[in-house]
Amino acid sequence: MYPSKFDYHRPSSVQEAVQILSANPDAKVLAGGHSLIPVMKLRLATPSALVDIGRIDALQGISRSNGSLRIGACVTYDEIANSSTVQEAAPLLAEAAGQIGDRQVRYRGTIGGNLSHADPASDLPAAALALGATLHVTGTGGSRSISATSFFVDLMMTALQADEILTEVEIPAAGAGTGSAYAKWEHPASGYALCGAAAVVTRNADGSCASARLCFNGVSSTAVDASAVGASLAGSDLSDGAIESAVNDNLSIPDATGDMFASAGYRQELAKVMGASALRTARDRA
Amino acid sequence: MGISIELEVNGASVSDEVEPRLLLAHFLRENAGLTGTKIGCDTSQCGSCTILLDGKAVKSCTVLAVQADGSAVTTIEGLANGDYHPVQQAFWDNHGLQCGFCTPGMIISCVDLLSTNPQPSEDEIRHGLEGNLCRCTGYHNIVRAVQDAAETMNG
Amino acid sequence: MAGESNGAGVFGSSIRRREDPELITGHAKYTDDLQLPGTVYCTILRSPYAHAKINSIDSSEAEALDGVIGVYTAADIEESGTPGAIPVGWLLPDMKIPDHTMLAKDTARHVGDGVAIVVAEDQYTAHDALELIWVDYEALDGIADPKKATADGAPLVHDMAPNNIAFDWEIGDKEKTDAAFAGAAHVASLDIVNNRLIPNAMEPRAALADYNSITGELTLYMTTQNPHIHRLLMSLASLGLPEHKIRVIAPEVGGGFGSKIHHYPDEAITAWASMQVGRPVKWTATRTETYITDAHGRDHVTHAEMAVDADGKFLGLRVDTYAAMGAYLSTFAPAVPTYLYGTLMSGEYDLPAIHCHVYGVFTHTTPVDAYRGAGRPEATFVVERIVDEAARVSGIDPAEIRRRNFVSPDNFPYPTQVALEYDSGNYEGALDKALAAIGYDDFRRDQAAARSDGKYLGIGLSTYIEACGLAPSAVVGSLGAQAGQWESAVVRVHATGKVTVYSGCSGHGQGHETTFAQIVASALGVPYEDIDVIEGDSGVMPHGWGTYGSRSAATGGSAIASAAEKVVDKARTIAAHLLEAAEEDLEFEDGNFFVKGSPDQAQSLPDVALQAYLAHNLPKGIEPALEATSFYDPANFVFPFGTHIAIVEVCASTGHVELQRYLAVDDVGNVINPMIVDGQVHGGIAQGVGQSLFETAVYDEGANLLSGTMLDYAVPKAHFLPSFETDRTVTPCPHNPLGVKGVGEAGTIASPAAVVNAVVDALAPFGIAHIDMPVTSEKVWNAING
Repeated sequence: MYPSKFDYHRPSSVQEAVQILSANPDAKVLAGGHSLIPVMKLRLATPSALVDIGRIDALQGISRSNGSLRIGACVTYDEIANSSTVQEAAPLLAEAAGQIGDRQVRYRGTIGGNLSHADPASDLPAAALALGATLHVTGTGGSRSISATSFFVDLMMTALQADEILTEVEIPAAGAGTGSAYAKWEHPASGYALCGAAAVVTRNADGSCASARLCFNGVSSTAVDASAVGASLAGSDLSDGAIESAVNDNLSIPDATGDMFASAGYRQELAKVMGASALRTARDRA
Repeated sequence: MGISIELEVNGASVSDEVEPRLLLAHFLRENAGLTGTKIGCDTSQCGSCTILLDGKAVKSCTVLAVQADGSAVTTIEGLANGDYHPVQQAFWDNHGLQCGFCTPGMIISCVDLLSTNPQPSEDEIRHGLEGNLCRCTGYHNIVRAVQDAAETMNG
Repeated sequence: MAGESNGAGVFGSSIRRREDPELITGHAKYTDDLQLPGTVYCTILRSPYAHAKINSIDSSEAEALDGVIGVYTAADIEESGTPGAIPVGWLLPDMKIPDHTMLAKDTARHVGDGVAIVVAEDQYTAHDALELIWVDYEALDGIADPKKATADGAPLVHDMAPNNIAFDWEIGDKEKTDAAFAGAAHVASLDIVNNRLIPNAMEPRAALADYNSITGELTLYMTTQNPHIHRLLMSLASLGLPEHKIRVIAPEVGGGFGSKIHHYPDEAITAWASMQVGRPVKWTATRTETYITDAHGRDHVTHAEMAVDADGKFLGLRVDTYAAMGAYLSTFAPAVPTYLYGTLMSGEYDLPAIHCHVYGVFTHTTPVDAYRGAGRPEATFVVERIVDEAARVSGIDPAEIRRRNFVSPDNFPYPTQVALEYDSGNYEGALDKALAAIGYDDFRRDQAAARSDGKYLGIGLSTYIEACGLAPSAVVGSLGAQAGQWESAVVRVHATGKVTVYSGCSGHGQGHETTFAQIVASALGVPYEDIDVIEGDSGVMPHGWGTYGSRSAATGGSAIASAAEKVVDKARTIAAHLLEAAEEDLEFEDGNFFVKGSPDQAQSLPDVALQAYLAHNLPKGIEPALEATSFYDPANFVFPFGTHIAIVEVCASTGHVELQRYLAVDDVGNVINPMIVDGQVHGGIAQGVGQSLFETAVYDEGANLLSGTMLDYAVPKAHFLPSFETDRTVTPCPHNPLGVKGVGEAGTIASPAAVVNAVVDALAPFGIAHIDMPVTSEKVWNAING
């Protein structure tokens, strides 16, 4: 397939990039291109201009300081999946990133592109929610921070303004007694998540549950936090039975989506099974 | 409208003026005349167009030629000089191909897989090839070929 | 793997393929890789509607776009005087044959129906221009379900076909079958949907047409399995050019699986466009375009019943099928759910009464035609599912009920109740080998133990037979084929003793250049390396019917063997003359002619060849040169058979099916190259497993294709499949010179039933009789949870 014509810009700084964006209202940001180029090839997206941020140094790099993991927007899935820094500070993110697409996709796709595209069936949004990520963005009016919870607005819609670029993802580094897991049910054709469960569990010294969080990709129009499940687990002994009843009694996804591979009803069932599985693994790792 | 780009393709410098929308796969096939890189789909699924971009396997149908400006590309034609790369040899020896259309991309992916995991298990091979579709072999002999190549390369 | 070996011993050995060096280095040229000076590009505007009236087409904006050479519609084709027809090549009695033209005229009848074309200087512009053609469509109701389409009041695809029925066909004896049911102890009954499939050869279809207006010659490079059929249909129906002025060339072809047999509008349009613009024109389908234009496969809705006596003996089989034809009758479509389907209903069984009734039904969908197996996978699925259901309702083990009903080895040739005569077989032999290899009895113990742990394991058998090696020409002609099905070969020994073999087959991944050379090396005693094989070019090989229906070895290979035999006969005459001996006193061994008992006084084939070309000293009446042409028309179909076994584990909480083991014991007769035969089996199994667990083309109620891209249609990936276990029994075909049957389709024919039988077996504790393909997790979960 063949994309429509567009103008191409390759700014060397974030400032320059947001200026171009601001001057071209229907321009799109190009990072790895693995969400954007496919829809442009099908001509489902026909931006008048692309702003290629792939060579802006400020958007690269993974670092950890002051209890925070910071990942530049143009860091690829492969870099995240294989980074020892990420594996230590936010193993859930590394695990989810390692399950996106395929090898070739993981070499090109970026965390910034992924979260900005906000495809609810992709693997990172639930991880970002479960990890309590903060998204740093810059626009012509300056920089601001958005919590992951506020960032995902609706199907492929985020809190980003038209002239803003996601620059960095900040995640509180995992403390002692915390375990996490990502359990994915893969769409057999696209490889996206029919249901992806991201769980984070923190245990007290006596093994009981200090806090738990269970978030999902793929089951509705945005990544969702099944907060009732997490809340009901707090204080529990995290036994298999406790997890099972927390999920069965409290998991409800009222706006679950369905397609020809999995109806809304079946997705809810899968969410229970995958959610419990992710929680058990997270518990075992805590 | 045209943008000047310069790439190293199979060790040789190639420069051209291209439309921004030109896909790297088309650049390689049409502008550089390297038709070994195949195009088998339009949704980034099949992996027939896989090449090495700065040493990493990527789907050249999902990269703009302008994004590859300044990079080094290796296509199936440039994988070995004269002789066969051990992965090519193993595909031949193990009947790892039938119609051959997926083969260039498949071989490049296998080279990449073995570069990061020199001794993959069968399961790791199968998952490692999830970005490449083959309709002829049922993957059976492709898996054998990767195992054989791994053995050769670990020598 | 040095020494690809010489002469006679080469038949039957796993020589590496000589095709591969070009393919593994990227140097092989497929159609889209070819470039002629001055080539321009064609794109095709396709209906986004399943059914719509075309009120008008405004192409002025597209025509004004820089780089656009022309925009054409059906009216332009008509005005050019070109016949413009896309014919059907198999006629059934009273079949409704609607017009099918290269572009839709006033009505679009499926999503993807061609409406207009663009010719432009480059492919990006050619795609841009499509968006500037404005078509005034008037959307009409469409229908996709072949059974519902026959209801009164359903939207009609063609007014000339009431209730959308293209044909009403039956085979077998209805009365006898009804009577068999009257005496049944048990009746097994199933409603089965055979899911629609999209072929997905990895290379999308493409054509490069080069019309020379001065000579009037058309050279057409295209993705085809049968260049000569295209040459014939292009001449007779589509373009009206004389057949001898058309040369169809199949360059490297990236898989077909049936989808590159058919004569589609697109390649004909490309050729027509070249005639209009006077330049070479290239058309290459995008993948999404192939999803709405490559003929789909299967799409049956069936009710089947089997009558069984108290001892588990089959008494009769009754089958009613609604088979989708899609919007038009594709090239061989009418044969697929009739003579390639109903005739297989006896399976491997001694079945005393069979009746099969089929409606061929028009639907507002992409046409349906032969896809790997073509009719035989559908038949095998019906037979092997109903046999398992018969076992279930009779309380007999599935292996045992098969054993009780097999045609016994001493009963060949076996005439079935549905027109075929099976030539040879040992069905129990293959079953026993497969059961032993899989460890059937142990599995049943493990299965019972696992069930008590809440683990659901299942085993599924498919004891299949197929009729292939298409085909005796007079037989298929009497059944409606508008084509012969013999095959042609030329074996040419050059003056130096090197050999060129030409075949009318046209491989696209099967390895003919290797296996055909193996046949000739063995027949002539010439080193394998000294033999080249050429096919896929109607300008070089005058006649042939191509590669499909598992025919290349049995029919094409036999043609080669018989041409080689003619060469040997002529060489013997010349050798006898040179040796001053009587022909009948000559031995021919390892490429040498000699008088019995005097092997040191030999004339080698190269010696004879040199003399044949020098022609200085030939026997009286013998023409110079050493070559022979053969037209081989088989005496019968060939009948590969075997037993395939799948083992699955089903997760009760999610419905997920894991294919744990897959074992195939096939009998394809003599084997030319075991490595290649195994490869064909692997690929066939993968496609059948794909159908059973993953693949399905889904249309909504209004006939819009929901699985319209590779993001929606699940072609199996490597990690979906296990390694396969393969073995063979060998029962040579008694009626062809090589004793070979066919192997290309066996895996696809056998495997869907094996997998679904395994799933149903795993779910036995839940009392589930059947789950339609693809057996997705959700369907299983729903079945378990009622």
